[in-house]
Amino acid sequence: MKSKSLSQPSASLLVRIKERNVRLTLISILLLCLFLYYADKNFNAYQIRVLNLCAIYTVLGLSMNLINGFTGLFSLGHAGFMAIGAYTCALLTMPVAVKDQNFFLAPINETLREIVLPYPAALLIGGILAALIAFLIGAPVLRLRGDYLGIATLGFAEIIRIVITNLQTITNGAIGFKGIPAKTNLWWSFGIATFTTVFLLWLIKSSYGRAFKAIREDEIAAEAMGVSLFKHKVLSFVIGAFFAGVGGGLLGNLLGAINPLLFRFTLTFNILLIIVLGGMGSITGTVISAFVVTIGQEALRFLDQPFSLGFVQVPGISGLRMVVFSALLMLVVLFFSRGLMGTSEFSWDYIIDLFKRLGKPSGKPLSKGGTK
Amino acid sequence: MAHLKIDSITMQFGGLTAVKDFSLELQEGEIIALIGPNGAGKTTAFNMITGVYAPVSGKIYFKDRDITGLRPDQITRLGIARTFQNIRLFKELSVLDNVLIANHLHLKSNLFEAVFNLPRYRKEDKEMLERSLSLLEKLGLVNLRNEKSSSLPYGQQRRLEIARALATNPEILLLDEPAAGMNPKETEDLTEFIRQLREDFDLSIFMIEHHMDVVMGISERIYVLDYGITIAQGSPYDIQNNQRVIEAYLGVNGDA
Repeated sequence: MKSKSLSQPSASLLVRIKERNVRLTLISILLLCLFLYYADKNFNAYQIRVLNLCAIYTVLGLSMNLINGFTGLFSLGHAGFMAIGAYTCALLTMPVAVKDQNFFLAPINETLREIVLPYPAALLIGGILAALIAFLIGAPVLRLRGDYLGIATLGFAEIIRIVITNLQTITNGAIGFKGIPAKTNLWWSFGIATFTTVFLLWLIKSSYGRAFKAIREDEIAAEAMGVSLFKHKVLSFVIGAFFAGVGGGLLGNLLGAINPLLFRFTLTFNILLIIVLGGMGSITGTVISAFVVTIGQEALRFLDQPFSLGFVQVPGISGLRMVVFSALLMLVVLFFSRGLMGTSEFSWDYIIDLFKRLGKPSGKPLSKGGTK
Repeated sequence: MAHLKIDSITMQFGGLTAVKDFSLELQEGEIIALIGPNGAGKTTAFNMITGVYAPVSGKIYFKDRDITGLRPDQITRLGIARTFQNIRLFKELSVLDNVLIANHLHLKSNLFEAVFNLPRYRKEDKEMLERSLSLLEKLGLVNLRNEKSSSLPYGQQRRLEIARALATNPEILLLDEPAAGMNPKETEDLTEFIRQLREDFDLSIFMIEHHMDVVMGISERIYVLDYGITIAQGSPYDIQNNQRVIEAYLGVNGDA
């Protein structure tokens, strides 16, 4: 990776480029808003739901990428944090009548029954609660490294799920909730996805982000350079869990019904699939991959139905579409071991460069730290 | 007051005593060296000073302050920086990022100030960048600042490691075999470079080295370890003529 040139572009040029990039970013956000407005009015319920899922998986993928991709902590506890967020948010947004309907086996905890909060407050509390639990788990568990950390976090996610299954008067046990108000719309999901993207971009660009990456590259060297491993690992873990909680809240209020089985560890692996395909350590990659995987999962639904290959009749095998993703994952691991984007990021400079040199073949990699 | 005072530290791994009763005093502005055959326990001594291992017994004082058993990041914060025998750069990151990370420990802004680029962080960030660039300038790496650190030639990776250690703003610099793998010309440059560092950055330097030209050329005093035991200490002249040191390096002729 050669630097562009050793001669320095003038300061005024740099300012102009920066202003241009900010303008382009604002225009893109405006275009996104227009698209959402159009989609909101014209798309059918199914399409809107898929779009919502894309945005939610973006939030979840980004939060997991912060922990696994940027800080290099092999954590598999995401489903647990999502469960905390989803249950909290659902409990706080359901009207009293719906709660009474849901809790027919055992009555709901009196205090919780009365509390009904606006959606944003519920999402925020869901995120904060997930972050709090992550802090309690992270403080002891983050002393482990590599596979051991993976196993410990996986175990804690299962513990969270089992606890939820057994807290009958708070979570309604194995039955879960039905009739959660459908508060998640395109504006909420894409708004939060955009916020998460921008927040993480700024975080990664900051000195704290550099410290996270230093830990990923070499723990011993990072510590010798004065980076407190404990503080920064916990910080990354807690921020990741916060966004996972918010993402879980969005998901619960989109689906309308949740139960503990939804938050099994397969959910964590779905998100892991997204960040591995997109590139561990790339925000752009995660966003692209979240959309591709989510839309792909819907587009490939025909594989679950009976279909004919002309010479052979395939009976309906549910889950056959996931085979495609398994194959895709194997291909990526074999041939693109760093995922779609590696650790590169989208940048306007690169796009404009590309247009300028259109037609001329080039192998120049994406420059880092662009705007999105 | 000694800048760094080590009072008979001992390190054991299971039944193996890697370093036994190692004592040392480093005065302000001094350059001293620790030498010894492979496996003598030199790096273990370094690791105890920098907090990677806690000594089994003994004390370490930095300007009369007991730092025994502190974590590595705390010790670096106090003002003792180190390099590694086998280069440990942040390989995937740029040269500039490597140096910027070493500035992080002095950051006062909290996470939110940093993420939302609030005034205090913006000021600190600018200072960090200026400090790092001027440091790279002094060490002749400024033109390479956007290169991936693992793509640098070996000698410059060593130099970058020293730059990174200096970015933590240390008073004492510990160099673990800075000349390892260098050719004679590079070694000669390095000797001059280390001497210059002491002047430019007001450092006391403690290094492990195998290249005798470097050791004899710049160190004021030398300590010799063999099988974890300090077998000699003194000026380069004393060490060169010390019978036990010669035996440790060349072996004893048993019954010839």
